[in-house]
Amino acid sequence: MEYFTLFISAVIVNNFVLTKFLGLCIFFGVSKNLNASIGMGMAVTSVMTLSSMLAWVVYNFVLVPLNLTFMTTAVFVLLIASFVQLLEMIIKKQAPALYNMWGIYLLLIATNCVVLAVPLLNAESSFSFLKSVVYAVGSGLGFALAIILMASLREKLRLADVPKPLEGLGIAFILAGMLALAFTGFSGMITL
Amino acid sequence: MKNLWDIFKKGVIVENPIFVLALSLCPALAVTASAITALTMGLSVMFVITANNVVVSLTRKLVNPKVRVPVYITSIATIVTLVQLLLQAFAPELYKALGIYLALIVVFAIILARAEVFASKNSVIPSFFDGLGMGTGFTLALLLIGCIRELLGAGSIFGIPVIGDWYDPALIMILPAGGFILIGYLVGGFKMLTEYMEKVEAKKGDA
Repeated sequence: MEYFTLFISAVIVNNFVLTKFLGLCIFFGVSKNLNASIGMGMAVTSVMTLSSMLAWVVYNFVLVPLNLTFMTTAVFVLLIASFVQLLEMIIKKQAPALYNMWGIYLLLIATNCVVLAVPLLNAESSFSFLKSVVYAVGSGLGFALAIILMASLREKLRLADVPKPLEGLGIAFILAGMLALAFTGFSGMITL
Repeated sequence: MKNLWDIFKKGVIVENPIFVLALSLCPALAVTASAITALTMGLSVMFVITANNVVVSLTRKLVNPKVRVPVYITSIATIVTLVQLLLQAFAPELYKALGIYLALIVVFAIILARAEVFASKNSVIPSFFDGLGMGTGFTLALLLIGCIRELLGAGSIFGIPVIGDWYDPALIMILPAGGFILIGYLVGGFKMLTEYMEKVEAKKGDA
């Protein structure tokens, strides 16, 4: 039950994009296109899960015993960046079909706040391994949900008559504001 | 001297990191619910970007281009850790308020972008001013958003009430939704402003 609440909280109540403002660069950059958004959502979820696992192991078995927790930020960044780089090479070689589908997004998320934030939050709240994984999957799916919703809205927006100065980024922000307003309705539903 | 001023100025207006380049948006929303956190974040980023530009520029002839990105990231991460430790020691409350976003300065696209685009190709002094200019533009943008959100959402600036009791604060401005919508309009406004300025310049050219 505890895991279920954590999961729901990460997906909806504390949605990473709409309540914590993480991963906005990708969120606004990619959401112009629905298919790209689905690919990006998948890529972020998987990278987030795998890198949280890796970061959990490094944090609890290397940094904590050696009293090096002040280096967490630096270690996590390098760890995730090199891990994503490695993942890209493996996928390119082993599963070219998969690579064609979302390989290009991998490099974009190598140094991204949304992927770095989950391991950092896990370390901060000293989650157990299983909890970290559940939290990472939930956060990834929450990101995917937000970006897919946004992309669908923006596809409709193409037909709309937007005032000239607001075209592009301006209207995208306002749209995200509306979406965030809708998600505010969930706030307070689960308190951790 | 004129040149350095131009480098500085470009970061503040023409290439404002937030409103024009739309880089590093996460902090622009996350920490701007009040003016003081916005200012701290802006100054931290200004310090990191300037220090990193200097480091990258100093080492630009020593670093093999093939490994430049990991080198930049290591340098940025070191400087950010420094800022974290300093804030934790001297301003623990602000450190708490900024929370995870302080650590996330490491992955701000703007810092890596300046290192790659400017500092890796220029000598130390112009790089220093480039970092300072970009940092100032960033800080001013954050401060602007922070002041508007705090003023409308809580009726105060830097925690000092400026609007009387008659004002009923609009809570939405402090919520995430208000931040998104405000930035949307600010981006639009900035676009109008730069277009207007270009028109004025063009007219001057004709005369």
